[in-house]
This record gives sequence, structure tokens and C-alpha cells, in this order.
Amino acid sequence: MTTNATAPKTLGKVRPHQTQNEALVFEKSSPGKRAYKMPPLDVPAVDAAALLGDAHRKTPGLLPELSEIEIIRHFTRLSTWNYAIDLGMYPLGSCTMKYNPRVNEAVARIEGLAEAHPYRPDSLAQGILDVIDLLQRCLIEITGMDAITLQPAAGAHGEFTGILLVRAWHESQGNARRKILIPDSAHGTNPATAAICGYTVENLKSNSEGGIDLEALTRQVDEETAALMLTNPSTIGVFESQIHKIADILHAKGALLYMDGANMNALVGKARPGDFGVDVMHLNLHKTFSTPHGGGGPGSGPVACKAFLEPFLPTPVLCKTGNREQGTGNRDQGTGNRQGLGTEGPGTAGQLHWIYDRPQSVGRVRAFYGNTGMFIRALAYILANGPDGLRQTTEDAVLNANYIRAKLEDLYELPYKTASMHEVVFSDKRQAAKGVKTGDIAKRLIDYGFHPYTVSFPMIVHGALMIEPTESESLEELDLFIEAMRAIAREVDETPDLVKTAPHSTRVSRLDEVQAARKPILRWRPTE
Amino acid sequence: MRYLPKSPAERERMLAEIGAASIDDLFAVIPAEYRLDRDLDVPRQHAESEIVSYFRAAGQKNATDYASFLGAGAYRHYRPVIIDSLVQRGEFLTSYTPYQAEITQGTLQAIFEFQTMIAELTGMDVANASMYDGSTGSAEAVMMAVRVTGRHKAVVAATVHPEYREVLATYAKHQSLPSTLVGYDRETGRVDLAALDAAVTEETAAVLVQSPNFFGTIEDIPAIAAIAHAKGALLIVSIAEAVSLGVVRPPVEADIVSMEAQSFGVALSYGGPFCGVIAAKEKYLRQMPGRLVGQTVDSTGYRGFVLTLSTREQHIRREKATSNICTNQALVALMATIFLTVYGREGIRELAEHNLSKASYAAATLGSQAGAKLLFTGAPRFHEFVFQTAETPTLWSQRLMDEKIVGGLDLSKWYPELGNATLWCATEMVTRENIDTAARVLAAAPVEA
Repeated sequence: MTTNATAPKTLGKVRPHQTQNEALVFEKSSPGKRAYKMPPLDVPAVDAAALLGDAHRKTPGLLPELSEIEIIRHFTRLSTWNYAIDLGMYPLGSCTMKYNPRVNEAVARIEGLAEAHPYRPDSLAQGILDVIDLLQRCLIEITGMDAITLQPAAGAHGEFTGILLVRAWHESQGNARRKILIPDSAHGTNPATAAICGYTVENLKSNSEGGIDLEALTRQVDEETAALMLTNPSTIGVFESQIHKIADILHAKGALLYMDGANMNALVGKARPGDFGVDVMHLNLHKTFSTPHGGGGPGSGPVACKAFLEPFLPTPVLCKTGNREQGTGNRDQGTGNRQGLGTEGPGTAGQLHWIYDRPQSVGRVRAFYGNTGMFIRALAYILANGPDGLRQTTEDAVLNANYIRAKLEDLYELPYKTASMHEVVFSDKRQAAKGVKTGDIAKRLIDYGFHPYTVSFPMIVHGALMIEPTESESLEELDLFIEAMRAIAREVDETPDLVKTAPHSTRVSRLDEVQAARKPILRWRPTE
Repeated sequence: MRYLPKSPAERERMLAEIGAASIDDLFAVIPAEYRLDRDLDVPRQHAESEIVSYFRAAGQKNATDYASFLGAGAYRHYRPVIIDSLVQRGEFLTSYTPYQAEITQGTLQAIFEFQTMIAELTGMDVANASMYDGSTGSAEAVMMAVRVTGRHKAVVAATVHPEYREVLATYAKHQSLPSTLVGYDRETGRVDLAALDAAVTEETAAVLVQSPNFFGTIEDIPAIAAIAHAKGALLIVSIAEAVSLGVVRPPVEADIVSMEAQSFGVALSYGGPFCGVIAAKEKYLRQMPGRLVGQTVDSTGYRGFVLTLSTREQHIRREKATSNICTNQALVALMATIFLTVYGREGIRELAEHNLSKASYAAATLGSQAGAKLLFTGAPRFHEFVFQTAETPTLWSQRLMDEKIVGGLDLSKWYPELGNATLWCATEMVTRENIDTAARVLAAAPVEA
């Protein structure tokens, strides 16, 4: 859809095209079709019914029966109904939808890595342990922390692990304490996490700049405060310039500073949380380190901490032979090989192995060692970038956000004028006056060929438009996005209904969410 | 940097448009003392070819050509080729959680199909869109039972995967949720029903068992359900080996099923990413953790799918949410969905029967070697079995490794009372030759002088 009627027809981001209809896979099934063939059994076949007795399954599950070509078409057709980073800009604020390099996928599927059983002896797992070890050392260096666990399976799981560390440390000091402070701008997982760790959540009201109100913080931090969960840069994309004072206020009362690393894409190679007073934090490998979101996972949420929290890390931890005492606190080793990886792979000589005997540990947060396949991808990303690439990536992410801000702030309300880092948050104040809400503008963006920004978050901004372009957008794509946003602003003035009923170019129009929740249909059932 | 789509001139142009003199202006908000004025000490920028070489070397260092009898919650099954062909489509791979339903119908319909398949296989009414894995799923299922019953105690079978139990302990510790461990019958390897009956009280929120359990034995689910339900407790059945459902009766008496779906076409990948999922009776729906996809219609009446019942979730309910889970394992759930579509109604049974046959042969062959004693023969099992050896496992496992075979898992760490017991698994990927070789090596214990 071009916005300029005189523009050549080859320009513009999207034109409508047909997609195939596709029924549910169950509706396409016919008994007797096959997409598999078992090899001949090389051992005697057993009589399952006789062997299992009462435990034998009499009625099979109603799984579909199709041929291979139908399955390929089914899922390929479904895929064409999705928007994706591979198709264009995906400016979801706080989600860091950056390019997912394909070499990551290729190396994660290398047989010796993809086929490794988690209980194979450590002596047969040295290759993957090298990978884990190098990633750990890279992430420790990037965050400026002292120790790390890769076990958490996603960001919220990392928060859970991090707050468990906080709790374990306070307990070791004689008092677990009672409450966690959480800014009103925080993501919903923060309070949900504090609650499942047995803490009371106390809300911290943001100041007029959307940041931490130091006076309120000083008032609210007391001997019962376990930690502050802080997202930095904040969810409005602003760096807490008073960060060291925040840490000092907390530490003076014995409370800890937890950092939600969701917005780490604004900091890598430019500033390190470990240097500005953070005690414990999580990373999202599926945001900052380019592992794919996959339609909602898998993620990976490593937790990095200062040395005093290291004894509490989940079991097991990775150690090098002769290095038992050091645990994961291997900051001094650096990444071992700044110039290259050598032919023997990374790191120094010595066998890596898992240590389970950790009396102060918070315990396990997941079976095995974490989402290892994501570690491989994240390390491939770090290797592809190197120190210069990581810094340039951060700079480009911040440059892109500020460019969008500069190009749209005349048309969209900027509730906080503070300098933006990697994302910019507008509000729909001017458009709402015409009856058009942020959600409507977001839906209209779809017609222009973009994924919407994050809608109605953070909660401190009424009608928020939270835009995070990431570093992966070219100037051309950014300009198209800006042109689309400006065109929509005009439509709000001239043809608001067009925006309010968007999208108009999708396979399905706005879906009835109320009906979905009132009478939930969560599975297919055969018609009688 | 090859992933960054900007020329130096474009960067300059953009800075000029912003009104910044240099890129450093945009970072001026960070106090100077916290700005990193050096390169990160990470490996230098590598070419794609170097990256591939590095990981290939790591794969080779891992040793690839070993046959394996390891199971214990991570199972090696054949992965049909089309799984990776399809999940690597960028539209699935590089899409976010489907909050914008109009442009994520592909992911949404696939999850709806996943939920249906899991419900069909487990005998439950509904299933969610996935959990991190089987271990965290079990812990979340117990917390769900606490919300449903308003009770605060759990009874857990010692035959549940030990690492699942450890994860549950981590989750339960700060929620005033004590749990009682119930032992197992030495003849059957099943949970001790008398001990279970004694442990379950009017305060028990949930009984958690695994079936097939950690020893590979299939639990007597109807009997366990009767004990739990008699006291008003919910029964949670954890399933670590999803392929078993092709031939093993589903736990229809359970209230909640927590399953690890890794066996459905997901690579071992040294333990993750895997694919947990929670299924349950419909009446407990509102207390389910995690995302759910529901069917609805669009404004013109066409069928479509949306994320639904999100008022249970953290982004709406914050500290009152049913769980803090946000990102789950969507792409891995898609792998499972494709796997189940490939095998289908008949294939999943045939596959499970092959596993049953391999394990029967392996148990008979390995368990009949001199000095070996097959345990838990008093109950049916799926594809895992436990036997004791006269030698300590470290001795014969080294001999097996010399033959490029990884033998069973030493159980002494978790079940010292079983002596030299090891847990073996034979999926359809294990050959008769592997089994016969392992038997020969086991039998070749050095003769004592």
C-alpha cells in the first residue's frame, strides 16, 4: 500500500496477495493414509496387549492420518499466514525482535551437538561443555558480573532463579526479608515472580520522567526489603542515570539490586550492569543474543550475579578440573582467547565437568542443564559479532530508535522527553482525542506491511505505543515505517473509521476475543 | 558487521537528522564512569566458515558414533526430516508470541492442533500451549492443584524423575508447600500403594506420580486415583516418555497430566530445549498456567484462533497470576505437532510397539547375563528397565565405552538402596546388534583370581 498516489507502482512495502485456505489437520485426515514407514523389526515382535495387560491402550488417540505431501502443504500454508522478522520490521517494544542468523540454526543441528544425551558421561560431552563454558565466560564479561547459570528456560524463569538467589542470600544473613519493590513501569512477570518466591510486592511509583523516584525509593526501602527489581533501560527505553544512587540506597539497607535484562540490547559493549551496582540479573538469549522467538519460545534466561551470590546458584555448575573451588566465578579467566578460537576450540586445557555438591544452592530450577540448543545459537551470534560487532549492534539499535523518535515526535505525543535508548514510547493522546486508540493504530500498521509495536505497555503511559526497531532495520525499512506511521496519523484526522476497523488486508479481520473467552473452544472434536 | 544493514554514510545521515554530533551523544545519558571505554574481552569477530568449523570441532570432540542405552527423561527417537524443513520456515522461526492474531494465524492454528493432539493422547479434556519442560511443568501442576483445592501439601512418589522432584522442591520451598515422599514396591517398582494411602490426608492438594515411572514401570493409575480422590486430593500424572501413549493406556483418572513431549520429534540437544505441556480436566481450566489458544470467529464470521483466557496470566494479573510463565516452547511444540501428524493414529501405536519389542528383547538379553538381575519384574513396563550387576557400573561402563556403547544410567546417586543398579532404555533406534554387543561386554567381567 503506497501512501503517495503519484509514486511509481514498484514502490511501497506491500501489495495484497492470495494465500491458500487450509482446514485443521484433523479435518483433512482419512483412515489408511500414511506419512511414515517403520523399518523391519530386528528383534521378536511382542504382543503388546498380553505384555501390558490392564495398562494396554485399547482406543488410539484421534491423531490425523495424512500423506507426507499433505503435511508439507498443511504447515507451509499455515506458515504463510504469519508475519515474521524474515518478512519485515517487527518493532515490538521490549521484545527485541532482531534478525535470527541462519548459521545459528545450522550449527545447533550439528550431529554431535544435537544428538548429545544429557546424561552421557562428561568425558563424552567435552565439546558441548566447551561451548557452554565459553558462552558463560562471554556473558560474564558482557554483563560485568562474576558468575552465571544458564539453567533457566526463559526470562521469567530467570527472574525466578535470580530472586531465589536474593532470598537464599538474605536467609544466609539470618532474615529472608518480606518484600520486593517493583516500579509501576515493570513487566508483569516481575511481580508474578516475586509472588511465587514468597515475597510481597510493593509498588514503586515512577517519577515525572518515568524513572525511579529516589525520594520514594529512600522512603520505601527498609530492613524488610529484599530487593528492587529494576529494568534498565526502563520499559520506556530510558537509562536510569541515577543508577548508582539507586544501588547505594538499596545497599545501605542491606537490600539487593536485581536487574531485568530484557533491554540489554541497549547496553552490550557500551555499559555493564556489574559496573553500575547490579547484584543479580537475567538475560534473554532470545532477545539480545538473536536466538529465534519461534512463535513464543523456546527462550533462555541465564542469570548472572556477583561473587557473593555464587554459592547459591542452581545445581549443577560447570567446573574445570583442578578448579573446583572457583565454581562459576571464573571472571578472572576472561574468555581465554581474545584473538581466535584455535584449532582445539576455546578455553584453557583441562576437563570440564558438572559439580552437584553445592550445599548452599537454591536447588534445581529445571531438569538437565537448560535450553542448550539456545546456548549454541547465542554463542554463534557472539562469535559472528566480536567486540566491535556487539558494540556497533548496540549503537545501531539506539540510533534506529532515536531516528524514529525524531521523525515521529511532531505527530505522536511523547509523554517522557527523556533521552531514548533502544526504544521509544509514544502515547495515543492526540489520536485518542479523535476516538482512535493505540490498538487501532497498531492494527492499521498491519495494512502497511509492518508488525505492530507493543500496545498499551508500559502501564505508566496511557495508550502507549512502544517501538523497538532493533539494529536489524535498514534506513529504507525505517523510512517506510515512518511513512506508514505518518500516513496513519493523517488517516486518524481524515478517515478515523478506516483506522478503527483495521486491518483490512489480512486473511481474517479482528477476531472476537470475548466469545473466545466466554465459551472456550480449546481443541477440535469430531462432528457426530 | 554482516548482520547490520547500514553503511557508514547512512549512519552519519541519521545522526544528522536526529541532531546528534556523534553516536556517543546518544549514550551521554549513561554516567561517564559506567561507560565501557574498551573492547569487550570476547573472541574477535569470526567469519561464518570459522563459526561452522568451531562448532563442528565441538561436535566431534563430543564423540558422535556411540550407541546409547540412556533414557531417564530424554529419549532418542527418529526425527522425520520434514520436521526441520518446516520449523525452519522463517514465518514460524522468526515470529513472536501470537498476540496479533490477524497476522499469526499460522502459529495459532498449529498450537490449537497441538492442544488437540495432547488432549487426545493423554485422555484429558484440554491442554495448554506448552510449558518449559516436564520438570517445571510438574512443579506448575502441583501449584495448580494447590489453587484448585485450597490445600497446601503434596504427596510425591519416589518413582518420579529425581530431577523433577528437585525442581518441585525448589518451587515449593517458598510457598509453604511441604511434600511427603512415598516409596516404591521392590517387586514391581511401582509406588507403594499402602504407604501412599497412609500419606494422603484431607490436607493433601495433590498426589504426583510418573507413569511410565523413572524405572520404566507403568503405574497402576486407577488404584492411585482412587486413593487420591478418596481424600479429595487431585491426581497429577507426569509423563516423561510421551511415545508410551501410543500403546499405554492414558491416565484418564488423573485430574492433571504434565507431559514432556521431547520424544515427539525433538532432538536430545544435551537436555534442551524440550517441550513441557499441561493437560487437565476442563473444570480446572481457569487455574491452568501458561498460554491457551481458542477458536473464535472474525468480524465477518470466518473461523480464526486467538490467545485466550489471558486473565489468568502475568501480563494482566501481575502478582496474582496463575504462574509467571511468559515465553514457552512454541517452536518445539510445533515440532511435536508435525511429528504426531507424520506418525498419526496408527503410526504412534506402531512406533510404541517397536519400542516395546526392543526393550523386551534388551531386558531379557541383558538381564539374563551372569551376575545380572532384572528388577521390578512384577509390573508391566514400556521401554526402560532396571537391572543389578555384580560388578560396579563404573567397571563395565568403561568396557562398553571401549566398544563405542554408552550403557545404562547408574542409579546409586538417587537410589543407593538398589546397589549396583542401572537404568537402561531401548528405543526403536537401538539395534539388536547393539543389544547383543552390550550383553557380550557385560558378560565379559574379568574372572576373579
